[in-house]
Amino acid sequence: MSLVTTGSVAEIKARNKQLIEEVLKVYPEKTAKRRAKHLNVHEDGKSDCGVKSNLKSIPGVMTIRGCAYAGSKGVVWGPIKDMIHISHGPVGCGQYSWGSRRNYYIGTTGIDTFVTLQFTSDFQEKDIVFGGDKKLAKVIDEIQELFPLNNGITIQSECPIGLIGDDIEAVSRVKSKEYGGKTFVPVRCEGFRGVSQSLGHHIANDAVRDWVFDKITPESKSKFESTPYDVAIIGDYNIGGDAWSSRILLEEMGLRVIAQWSGDGSLAELEATPKAKLNVLHCYRSMNYISRHMEEKFGIPWCEYNFFGPSKIAESLRKIAGYFDDRIKEGAERVIAKYQPLVDAVIAKYRPRLEGKTVMLFVGGLRPRHVIGAYEDLGMEVAGTGYEFGHNDDYQRTAQHYVKDGTLIYDDVTGYEFERFVEKMQPDLVGSGIKEKYVFQKMGVPFRQMHSWDYSGPYHGYDGFAIFARDMDMAINSPIWKKTKAPWKDVANPKLLAAE
Amino acid sequence: MAQNAEHVLDHFELFRGPEYQQMLDNKKKMYENPRDPAEVERIREWAKTPEYREKNFAREALTVNPAKACQPLGAVFASVGFEGTLPFVHGSQGCVAYYRSHLSRHFKEPSSCVSSSMTEDAAVFGGLNNMIDGLANSYNMYKPRMIAVSTTCMAEVIGDDLNAFIKTSKEKGSVPAEFDVPFAHTPAFVGSHVTGYDNALKGILEHFWDGKAGTTPKLERTPNEKINFIGGFDGYTVGNLREIKRIFELMGIQYTILADNSDVLDTPTDGEFRMYDGGTTLEDAANAVHAKATISMQQWCTEKTLPFISDHGHEVVAFNYPVGVSATDEFLMALSRISGKDIPDKLARERGRLIDAMADSNAHIHGKKFAIYGDPDLCYGLAAFLLELGAEPIHVLSTNGNKAWEAKLRALFAGSSFGQNCHAYPGRDLWHMRSLLFTEPVDFLIGNTYGKYLERDTGTPLIRIGFPIFDRHHHHRYPVWGYQGSMNILVKILDAIFEDIDKKTNVAGKTDYSFDIIR
Repeated sequence: MSLVTTGSVAEIKARNKQLIEEVLKVYPEKTAKRRAKHLNVHEDGKSDCGVKSNLKSIPGVMTIRGCAYAGSKGVVWGPIKDMIHISHGPVGCGQYSWGSRRNYYIGTTGIDTFVTLQFTSDFQEKDIVFGGDKKLAKVIDEIQELFPLNNGITIQSECPIGLIGDDIEAVSRVKSKEYGGKTFVPVRCEGFRGVSQSLGHHIANDAVRDWVFDKITPESKSKFESTPYDVAIIGDYNIGGDAWSSRILLEEMGLRVIAQWSGDGSLAELEATPKAKLNVLHCYRSMNYISRHMEEKFGIPWCEYNFFGPSKIAESLRKIAGYFDDRIKEGAERVIAKYQPLVDAVIAKYRPRLEGKTVMLFVGGLRPRHVIGAYEDLGMEVAGTGYEFGHNDDYQRTAQHYVKDGTLIYDDVTGYEFERFVEKMQPDLVGSGIKEKYVFQKMGVPFRQMHSWDYSGPYHGYDGFAIFARDMDMAINSPIWKKTKAPWKDVANPKLLAAE
Repeated sequence: MAQNAEHVLDHFELFRGPEYQQMLDNKKKMYENPRDPAEVERIREWAKTPEYREKNFAREALTVNPAKACQPLGAVFASVGFEGTLPFVHGSQGCVAYYRSHLSRHFKEPSSCVSSSMTEDAAVFGGLNNMIDGLANSYNMYKPRMIAVSTTCMAEVIGDDLNAFIKTSKEKGSVPAEFDVPFAHTPAFVGSHVTGYDNALKGILEHFWDGKAGTTPKLERTPNEKINFIGGFDGYTVGNLREIKRIFELMGIQYTILADNSDVLDTPTDGEFRMYDGGTTLEDAANAVHAKATISMQQWCTEKTLPFISDHGHEVVAFNYPVGVSATDEFLMALSRISGKDIPDKLARERGRLIDAMADSNAHIHGKKFAIYGDPDLCYGLAAFLLELGAEPIHVLSTNGNKAWEAKLRALFAGSSFGQNCHAYPGRDLWHMRSLLFTEPVDFLIGNTYGKYLERDTGTPLIRIGFPIFDRHHHHRYPVWGYQGSMNILVKILDAIFEDIDKKTNVAGKTDYSFDIIR
């Protein structure tokens, strides 16, 4: 039984504060001081969650974070399907990120589509010593020969590139000229830049601005006629098909989705986006930069939305419709009404099984706040949450729109902290990543990966909500969790704060 | 609307519905600026030709779908095989997130490892402060018995000196002076994960045997009767090391498994998370210097470690991932020779059962053509076993194999009448393999999970043996070494063969005269 929500709000707050104090005791003084700023108990009415964020991770603590390369190649650029993304440097980065993010796409892989291929310059010692620009030029030539239908090439820098002083921009310019103005995008996403994936998102966004938008020619201009209802989906990576189960709703309400950034996306869609009347932004963290740029440069407004769970979906559909005329507003109502029977059936089936269950989250991007509504639609409560690489504007949005009074907040949580928090709070479910999954399952705590949807999904949209509800139920109510203790062994007293 | 609460459709059903199909068709047509389908088809066919193969094999700079990872992955894998040991990778933190994910996806287990989280300032000034703080934090938080340090390519490019950094960290009180912090430089731009395994293991042995970085006297070897055993980087380490222990115990040999990660990569779900479990004790790691001999199951995982051990005065013997009858015979006879112990009848009976199974099923494997890819030793071991079965390992490809590996494979092929049409491909990748499978087709492909893309494109059925295996569960818990382990490989191969025959004969009224109930 979860201890998260027993007691009054004041008691919960006191307990969570005590928990933070206890956890900090393990650290050397200097580290404890730094980590204390990232942990807090949320106070209702505050404009943010009261934690510092987007600061360097502390050495040796087992941060869950990744790097700028992961943010660029792994998140922003990797899903653009008709371009080839070179993992430029040693073999590992591309290898570990190969095909693991589940960015679904349609296309003939290896011929006109390249998402699940691992292209690397596989640096050797001589490339480090003598520089890798010549090798990069040759890599590009070989790609052009063997993969002639690629629509462009991005160069995703790994750590050594910036350290050895390679000039990938120069190589890109030369090669673009040589191949008739073809799109080449050098990305300075070396893993040591910044403090997490986050700077990689920003660098990748800037690369779209500088190497795609700024190079659009009359020939590369998209051919379709604009309509007043053209929108672009920004910040949906189509994990398990998320962008598709989102797109269908926007189209059903009468909008035209002219581009997907970047799940199942193509270069043509990136180039066409300046024609959009509205950019709808799901993952604010990873793509607010390019949305702001398009607002400034092309006058395109952008609107954040949340397609997790029926409450937020309906709210978002109405919010998006608010940018358009009555036709679209009616369309939004029509879509909400159309899916209401599905929503009712899903909630009727799963809510009784999940009512009152508690969740602790630790994820990246938008999810530490965006999924809260979906859990609440199922009668569940989020008792703790935190961002792998959030900034203060994420914590502001979280505080103002999502979390309840007394929620435990942990930014860039360390392995140690997360284990202790879960051990003491005993939630019914933890939602985090692959590195955390087995830790908590060993502890007997049900778990769902909330990056990859644990190989399920989509979770976006109404169709996705049914899958989300089913998955949470199967995690929490699996009979296996009742069997973790051998019947002949004494049931150990859980080390609970309340009992101490 | 297709979705429904009673029968929730997953992604593999949901998007096949007409509303999604129409939406996706429209997306492509209107917004993707797609290539002419005839052109896509033309290139798809062209990529199957000998002409394409020639261009593909002429590549000098580009690597596509390699079957290798980088050094620190192997270092982390080896390090967790020691009692209470926390791997600490000095350099960028994203790398460590990758190793942990990669290992967890294969073993379906937690993977604990820390980073010194170096960023831009460390790139300029060096990572000494990261090491000082990092060791102190790790030591206090995770209470390890030992911290095994390796490096990412960032730290290698800027030239951080681990020996000096660790010494300084100890002086600054990060960890007690006597606390064990072995280290290994593991640049990602040299070798592969098998090299990293080798470097890390050598680093740990060097630490214990050669005076702990100049802080204690070097160990004097006083020979005993023990045999050290090194498994190498191995996706089947859990099942294999347990099988090896059983064999040692059956033979009554005293042994030390070095880098024994079979427990930490297979912990129970019983309410407790064990960050550390089992592993070679630090005492045993030190005392391993006194052993009579060291056996390595993978030559190319121990290229530096074995000469280092041999320089300390005891015999070293290397195998190439021995599977099958003769390779296991040789392994056991080596054990017997070194230990002076007889091979017990129990093992002879296991041998007999393997031969029995091979004889029973021989007709289904004999003459079948295989392609194999993977780590150098695994490829060799599997190729040798296939030759024993009368099969032909036509293409044997190892991205991290070298010229010496190729020569060794050639000798293997030359020694068998079934090896005459077989070739070894060192340094090649899975895009090369794709051309091989199109231009010189085989019946089956053996490789890791990434082989499923080749299976999809070429229609060659994949038998999953190797690392990583992400999309099938729990096979790593079963051994592939020893006669019993070899039996597991035999069964995997046979299952694939039988499924393939069934798949090709199950069309009702057309091919199902061959859809036999007995095979």
